[in-house]
This record gives sequence, C-alpha cells and structure tokens, in this order.
Amino acid sequence: MESALKRSGLWLAGLLIAVLACAAAVDTGFAIHMGIVGFACIIGLIVTLRGLDMSRAILSPDQGRYDDDVIRWGVIATVFWGMAGFLVGLVIALQLALPVLNLGLEWTAFGRLRPLHTSAVIFAFGGNALIATSFYVVQRTCRARLAFPGLARFVFWGYQLFIVLAATGYLLGITQAKEYAEPEWYVDIWLTIVWVAYLAVFVGTIIKRTEPHIYVANWFYLSFIITVAMLHIVNNLNWPVSFVGSRSFPVFAGVQGALVQWWYGHNAVGFFLTAGFLAMMYYFVPKQAERPIFSYRLSIIHFWALIFLYIWAGPHHLHYTALPDWAQTLGMVFSVMLWMPSWGGMINGLMTLNGAWDKVRTDPIIRMMVMALAFYGMSTFEGPMMSIKSVNSLSHYTDWTIGHVHSGALGWNGMITFACVYYMVPRLWAKPRLYSLRMVNWHFWLATVGIVFYASSMWVAGITQGLMWREYGADGYLVNSFAETVLALKPMYFLRAFGGLLFLSGAVVMTVNVWRTILGHQRDEAPMRDAAFDPAKDRPIVAVAA
Amino acid sequence: MTTIVERHKKLERNVTLLGLAAFAAVTVGGIVEIAPLFWIDNTIEKVEGMRPYTPLEQAGRDIYIREGCYNCHSQMIRPFRDEVERYGHYSLAAESMYDHPFQWGSKRTGPDLARVGNRYSDEWHVQHLKDPRSLVPESIMPTYAHLAEHELNAGDMTAELRTLYQVGVPYKPDDIAKANDDLEVQAQADGDATDLKKRYPKAQARDFDGDPKRLTEMDALVAYLQMLGTLVDVNAPAAQETLAKEKGR
Repeated sequence: MESALKRSGLWLAGLLIAVLACAAAVDTGFAIHMGIVGFACIIGLIVTLRGLDMSRAILSPDQGRYDDDVIRWGVIATVFWGMAGFLVGLVIALQLALPVLNLGLEWTAFGRLRPLHTSAVIFAFGGNALIATSFYVVQRTCRARLAFPGLARFVFWGYQLFIVLAATGYLLGITQAKEYAEPEWYVDIWLTIVWVAYLAVFVGTIIKRTEPHIYVANWFYLSFIITVAMLHIVNNLNWPVSFVGSRSFPVFAGVQGALVQWWYGHNAVGFFLTAGFLAMMYYFVPKQAERPIFSYRLSIIHFWALIFLYIWAGPHHLHYTALPDWAQTLGMVFSVMLWMPSWGGMINGLMTLNGAWDKVRTDPIIRMMVMALAFYGMSTFEGPMMSIKSVNSLSHYTDWTIGHVHSGALGWNGMITFACVYYMVPRLWAKPRLYSLRMVNWHFWLATVGIVFYASSMWVAGITQGLMWREYGADGYLVNSFAETVLALKPMYFLRAFGGLLFLSGAVVMTVNVWRTILGHQRDEAPMRDAAFDPAKDRPIVAVAA
Repeated sequence: MTTIVERHKKLERNVTLLGLAAFAAVTVGGIVEIAPLFWIDNTIEKVEGMRPYTPLEQAGRDIYIREGCYNCHSQMIRPFRDEVERYGHYSLAAESMYDHPFQWGSKRTGPDLARVGNRYSDEWHVQHLKDPRSLVPESIMPTYAHLAEHELNAGDMTAELRTLYQVGVPYKPDDIAKANDDLEVQAQADGDATDLKKRYPKAQARDFDGDPKRLTEMDALVAYLQMLGTLVDVNAPAAQETLAKEKGR
C-alpha cells in the first residue's frame, strides 16, 4: 500500500512537471509533447491507484519460471509497430509514384512521413524485438530471472513513450534533421535514461546467472547495448535554444557533423540491426533447429572482428564529399574487410543446420531463418561492394542504396524477427503450438516475393538513375535533365510499392496467426511435414502380359 | 588456437571484462577517424566569403529542416564532370562550416540544392513550392502551399543566434542583439538593409514571397534557398588555393 502511495506521488510529480512545461512552452510542438507526457503520467496514476496489475489485466499469468511479462508485451509491441511501420512504408512508396498522395497537408508530406517510417521499423519494430528477445534469451541462457523486474517494466514502457514522442514529433515537424537520429534533445535525453536502465537490467541478469559461461548471444546483445549508448550520446550532443522548447542545435557542424552522423548512422546498422539481430540468430536458430551452434571458435573470431571493424565503416556514406580523402579510403577499406566477419556470422548460422537441413522443407520457421541468413549474406556482400569508391560514385544518392537497405531490413531483420516471434509466442503464452503453420508458410512466401520485387526494382531504378545522370551525348552535353530521370523511375516506383504491399500482406497474416495463437485457437490443417503417400500406388510396375 | 580459446574463457566468465573489452574494441575506429577532423587544415579552414546565416536565412533553414527536405535533396556536389555541369562547382568543406546540423543529404529524389541560390527567380521558387507540377510536370515533390499562408513564427531569433554562437558560430554581439529586427528588415521590399548587409555581406534583402504585406514562412524558405552556394566565389584565387590542398578531389 505504501509503495502504491509512493508511486502515485511520483506519477503526480511527473504530471505536474509536464503541465508546467506545457504551460511554459515556447512552441506548440513542445507543448503537445508535454501534453503527451502528462497523459502518460495520468495513465500511470490510474493504473497505480486502481491497483491494476498490468500483467494480469492484459495477459496470461506468469508461468512460474522466468519473468516473461515484459517479453509478452514486447512481442505484441513488435507486431503492432511492425504493422505500423510497414504501412507507412507502403504509403510513402506510393507517394513517390503518385505525389497526390501527399494530400497537400504539412503533416502528411513525404519529408515528414519518411522519418516516421524509418524510425517505426528500425526503432519501434526492431527495438521492441531486440528488447523482448534479449530479455527472453538472457534469462534462459543465464538460468536466472530478470534482475530489477520493476526497472525492466520501466524499460518497456519508457521505450514506448520514446517511440510515441519521436513519431508524433516527426508529424509535427520536430526534428533535428539527422537521418535515423531525428528526435530532438529532450526525447534523446529520455531515451538515454531508458537505455541505461536497459543496460542495468541486462547486465544485472548476467551477474545473477547460474551458468558459469556467458553465452555468445549475450556478447552480441551486450556490445549492441553499450555501443548504441555511445553512438546515441555522442551524435546527439545538442544545445537547446530554450529548455521549454523543442529546437536545439548540434554541437558539431559541417564536415565534423557529417562524419559523426554517419559514424552513428552506419553503426546504427552495425549494432542495432546487425549485432543485436545476430544475437537473436545465435539463440533462436540453434533452438529451432535443435542443433548446437556450428563453431564456437568462429563465433569468437567473428564477434570481435565484427564489432571492431564495423565502427570504421561510417565514411563510406560520404565518398567524394568534402570529407578528407584519407578518411573515405579508410572507411572503404574497412567496409570491404567487414565482408568477412559478416559472412562468418552467416556461415555459423547456416552451418548450424548441418544434419537438420531436411527441416528447411518441413519447418517454415526454419525456412524463414535460412532466408533471413541468406539475405544477411547477400546484403553484407552488396554493402562492401557499394562502399568501393568507384561503385559508390554511381550508386550514391540513388535508389540502389534504398534497395540495399531494404534487402537487409526486410530480408534479414524482418525475417529473423518473424521467425523469433513465431518461436516465442506459443512458449510465452503456454500454447501447444501456433494457430497455423501453413500461415507461417504463406507469410514466408509473401515476404520473400515482396522483397524480390522491392530489391530488384530498386536495383534497376538506382542504376538507371545513376547512368542517366552521367550520360553524355556525342555533342559533349549532358543528355538528361533531372526531371527526365525522375520520370524514368516511375514504373520502378510502382513495382516497389507492389513488393511492399506483398510484404505488408505477409505481416497481416502473421498478425492474425499470432493473435489467434494467443487466444488459444488451433487451426485444423494438414501438417506441413507429410509428403503425399498413397499405399495403393506403393508397388512395382508389373508388365501386363499381352 | 586453443590458447586463444582458453584465454577467451576469462572474458566469457566476467561480464565486466567482456563489456570493457567490447567497449574498447568499438571506440578505436571512431577516435582514429573523427578526432583528426577537428584539427587538420582542410576541414577547419575558412574560405573568403563564408559568413553565418542571417536570421531570416536561418529561419528558412529551420523550415527546410522541419519539412525534412534533406530526405530528398542533397547539398553536396561531388567533383564529377556531370555533377559540376549540372549543379555548379563541387562543394567545399568550408561551405558548410556553420551548418548545425549539416544538410549534405544521402539521396537525390530531387536535384542537389548546394548551389541553387540565384539560379531561379523568387517567383519561380514560390510557384514551384506551391505547386511543383505546374512548372515541372514530371516532378513528384509534395506541394508546400501552406508555407505561403503561414505567418513566419520563428520564435525569438536572439535566443536562436545566441545558441548558435554557443555551439561555435561566430555571430557578433551586435548580430545577436539585432536578430529580431534583422529578420523583419531582410524580408521588406523597402526596408533599410544597409546595416544588415554590412554585417552579412551578400545578404539579399527584398520581399521574397510576392506578398509584401506579410512575413510568411515562404519568405524565409525562399531567402534561404536563394543564398545557398552564393557566398563563396569558388573561382577566386584564394578559394582555388584551398581546393588545391584538398587531396583526391
């Protein structure tokens, strides 16, 4: 009772601060954001006062062994934000093909929706998947319950508040205009607090462990959490114009600002979308395949090589810009070297299936994992290739980059996350199996075909664009005006949107499947593994006497 | 090989060591690549003509940032024949030295804007922002008609310039004190901009949006676009000398 009183006091204090900040705000955006914070405090207050235990109110009870509440919420959040992010992605893909879809409104123009899409898929979908799986994996590989359970809940809800503030901020035009680091200073500070809490819960659980060794998946999660903290803090060193306003200015400008940004930007890929997701791979692939990891030594080598080399690769985003030449070359060389540890991870994942390759045929979840690793391998080959300066001179500024990012994001991050969600949902909600394995198979094919449409249309678009920009006629003049190159890409933009639609449809199938599984339904369907067998035909062909 | 594996087991049993080793591994690259940029010549060198943004230009830049223009427009011309012919002389490091944040961009869904200043008339920009397809039928740019309708609500430009000063933009005390007046003066058709132009060489002062009665967001954005790339005379001997030192470009 006393603790409930204390917590109510904290909520009230938070509400008071939010109301004061809202009243003193120098711009509407900041006022609206403080309103959202105040609203979150009111919800927290109501929950505390009514003595509602969120876990019991919304979801099934704890099953005794591990602290899985936060993970259950995290899985639902992953699916929800995934749908939101893919949907916005489809909308902005269509906006590029049909500009009338910008609707002429300031809140729905491409420039504001594009950060909404990237943040929703990277930080909301990917971030929730990482938080949920890391809590799932760290408990099971350490054989210990989560350390600081209250803090773990704060991490989850605090992170959702970060997402809501970031997303609404983009629509209101609150941005610091640095790609993948758009949220403004106060949202950045909030994320830093949440992230430190995340580190505390994660490391605390490892310290509590009853297993002598720290499993390889946890090395990846740990390096991801630490590095993202470093990147986030340095890249968001800003000075606010007013402490009750949304606008701030980064400490770094020009060349320095550019390299700090892409040091951050590339390693958001390297650590958020690679190291963290490799951690998922290292736990869930062996579990689903029921085989041990292929090579322990390979995991050591590729872990250290990957985290050491990735940090250097940032300058390849700035080839032929005003960044000094030596930095560009260094970035290129390290990017090419990065190919090896990346493929080390892919090989370790794929070879784990040694002796279980038949499961690719019978188990659609394994099939998703294999496809995820295949796309990981493909995009980590494509990346180093595009970082070579002469290739980059063509590909930079074009849709080729967009295609590359999506074969990684949809193929690798998307597919491995879907597989992990399918793995975890029956276990988290104590159901005998998924609602439907055949729907997983549908999801697999919709997503795969969607990615193929997406990636190939963007290759064609990017190379077309790059070549048209530099095309010279016999008379020595540029052949194409910029507008002509825009027109040439239109069919490709439609094909890309179609690919996105397929990918989104796959996610809808997943949502239904996950939802019905949670409800405890089981679809009556023929099992995937049975090949057709007709005993009547199971006999030799006997020649009939004439 | 076995010894390395054996030694690695120490790290696997101690989360503090593991965390510190991982942190050490990820800091090296950043230090080696980023730190030198703060003292090597061609990244901190000034070029004749560079000056901080006027309050109106800065307010326009805020709108450029707010609307996410960087998602589709770069401001970084690479040293290739086609880019130089299409967009103008390739960009110098010094030309974005007062850009907090830089707006080099990473994608050209639309053309580069690093030197778009003074290439088109104000009327063209206003019409193009209101309805891009009325001028460029192939364009896929969103319409920004609302900019002409909204009064410019830039907030306190004194506070903004002071903050920029704090992060390293060399505004003079005079510039900061007069910031709000400067904002008004630069967008007036018949204002006295002599003082403004003395403190901000090459500043363009006029009514930008074709509506002299109001100071709109369109005024600020067009003022910003019209100054992009106009400050440095890239063909002047001093600038060329700087360029010669930028190896490999």
